[in-house]
Amino acid sequence: MTVKTKIKKPELLAPAGNLEKLKFAVLYGADAVYIGGQKYGLRSKAGNFSYEDMKEGVAFAHKHGAKVFVAANIMAHNEDFEGMAEYFQTLHQIGIDAVIIADPAVVDICREAAPELEIHISTQSSITNWQTVQFWANEGIPRVVLAREVSLDEIRKIKQHTDIEIEAFIHGAMCISYSGRCVLSNHMTSRDANRGGCAQSCRWKYDLFEELDGEENALFEEGDQPFTMSSKDLCMIEHIPELIDAGVDSLKIEGRMKSIHYIATVVNSYRRVIDAYCEDPEGFRFKPEWKEEILKAANRPLTTGFYFHNPTEEDQIFGLPPKMAAYDFAGLVLDYDPETKIALIEQRNHFKVGQEVEFVGPKRDKFIQRIDAIWDEEGNELDAARHPMQKVKIKVDHPVAPYDLMRKEK
Amino acid sequence: MGLQAPELIISSGSLAEVEKVLAAGADAVTVGDTRYALRASGHFDLTMIEAAVQLAHPQGKKVYVLVNALLHHEHLNGLEPYLGQLAEIKVDGIVFGDPAVFMTAKRVAPTLGLHWNTETTSTNYRTVQFWAKRGATRALLARELSLTEVLEIKRHSPIPIQVQVHGMTCIFHSKRELVSNYFRFQQREEAREEPLLLKEHVRKEEQYPIFEDQHGTHVMSNEDICMLEHLGPLIENRVDCFYIEGIRKSIDYNTQVVSIYRRAIDALLQDPQDPVNPDLVAELQKIQPANRPLGTGFYFKEQIY
Repeated sequence: MTVKTKIKKPELLAPAGNLEKLKFAVLYGADAVYIGGQKYGLRSKAGNFSYEDMKEGVAFAHKHGAKVFVAANIMAHNEDFEGMAEYFQTLHQIGIDAVIIADPAVVDICREAAPELEIHISTQSSITNWQTVQFWANEGIPRVVLAREVSLDEIRKIKQHTDIEIEAFIHGAMCISYSGRCVLSNHMTSRDANRGGCAQSCRWKYDLFEELDGEENALFEEGDQPFTMSSKDLCMIEHIPELIDAGVDSLKIEGRMKSIHYIATVVNSYRRVIDAYCEDPEGFRFKPEWKEEILKAANRPLTTGFYFHNPTEEDQIFGLPPKMAAYDFAGLVLDYDPETKIALIEQRNHFKVGQEVEFVGPKRDKFIQRIDAIWDEEGNELDAARHPMQKVKIKVDHPVAPYDLMRKEK
Repeated sequence: MGLQAPELIISSGSLAEVEKVLAAGADAVTVGDTRYALRASGHFDLTMIEAAVQLAHPQGKKVYVLVNALLHHEHLNGLEPYLGQLAEIKVDGIVFGDPAVFMTAKRVAPTLGLHWNTETTSTNYRTVQFWAKRGATRALLARELSLTEVLEIKRHSPIPIQVQVHGMTCIFHSKRELVSNYFRFQQREEAREEPLLLKEHVRKEEQYPIFEDQHGTHVMSNEDICMLEHLGPLIENRVDCFYIEGIRKSIDYNTQVVSIYRRAIDALLQDPQDPVNPDLVAELQKIQPANRPLGTGFYFKEQIY
């Protein structure tokens, strides 16, 4: 009999832009989700949670053994302090498990107002070495989120020298600057990047010039792609064992603005990889289908960021980004009758009779289904499901369940 | 009650420049070893820093050293002896952003002044209080603050605060080689005269200097801050230190700018409500490079989010 190596399973941490996405993230395998409240977060355009939604989200997550963190990672200005103490007290009363904070001012205010509320230091603080991690450990902070500029080797060293929890990004869009150290938006659009107003000016198009004897000399030629500072998206799906072995405690997915389909697909792929590796580290083999799943939801080309080397031009996007996500979220399963094999579907994108769709769920294998007929709720036959949120019925040969997703190739 | 003169500080890229700007009326200079300094005007090794100290101290002036990099592990080796040496040669203070520098300095060089500067993220008084409580001796404020915010921070700050009154500012710092990456992508690797200029496709009249060094890529502001005509409220409200950024400017320009601000400050100490002498403004406009418009940054600008 072989003895299996015991390894500590890391937390899989997923974004949730609203209550519905929170439920999908949890059901598709997140151990914890992070959300934004009405204030102090960096996604002023994300759905964000009211206190009522937070309560419901916490109840749902806790019922499923998952945690809820709230991002409050702005760099505060004086005016932001008003109401901040009450905000953290309320989050604590609601049962939020931790808050993610970047500004030491906000750390202090949170500690005074809600001493029992756990604080994680945000990636916006750009923590790049073990001594800085130790600084926060000395401050009594139980977890830091590392800068995205930290390599896998550096993480190993950080874990050797410190003993608080380390959270690291594994997937999603990235600042191409050191996080927090970019105010392009402030200067180009008067929008405060570090308080949620980021206009993504880095991804705009620019021209480069040099100055020669007071004259401007263009450094581009006819037909060149313009200069830009746009990073490919991080994807570590093929390197989860290395991250786990390095001792990362929480594996974080970016994307509070992303769709339900994206969240469910990405979370579930990482869930499967983590479980497979922790179940049997020696016997672990990476299955190509895990990466294929990721590609069905990806918005941009993918990179491993700083984990293995300093990124090069290969890790950036120049010119028009290629069309990525090959699949549309077509519908959401609301109900299924195993007797009649009829599923009640809520439409999310146009689909029609004759099309092949794919059903995915949190716990079982995906399968392909041809749509032979569509009925509305009154039983009238339709040639297509045209209206968003329209409830229709279709025949599905294998059992499906609420929260299963139906998608179609674009 | 007499007003306290603010300290007038300028960054310097060479010993020749240190000598000239001190003679022109600067109270202190900032220099840096490029290994630990972000955006130093020039490289100062330990010997040069010591020479700068020996120039400054007999005149009752000060030398601050930039140790403001975001440190990766390769920087940690050597940091401890370096900070110890800076204390030994009697540097007056270091400018830091990374808590690793702060902790090490407190341990091995407790006599050094500790000037907290996280560039874009030093935006409120509670953060200043946080670092003051732990031993920072000065706070350098972000440039993306209004005058009202600066003055409010001053009222609540237990330690001296420093604001930038003149020159360009860094608005973006990446660890990546973004300029080199672009030219590699275009498969063109010709020599280039840095800094290059970045122009947005939409607003082509605005140009942002961009340069690469061992810490990555830096994009600088399209305007030079110039608070010459608005120093009165800063002096009246006892803002402690005025900083001039000298990077990417000639020694002559920086020397003249120091002299202009020196004269303006000295006059305002008599009466901070007096308008600044228009001759000083004219003098500055005459030496200002044509491609560097003067502006007041965010001191009088609204930001949204």
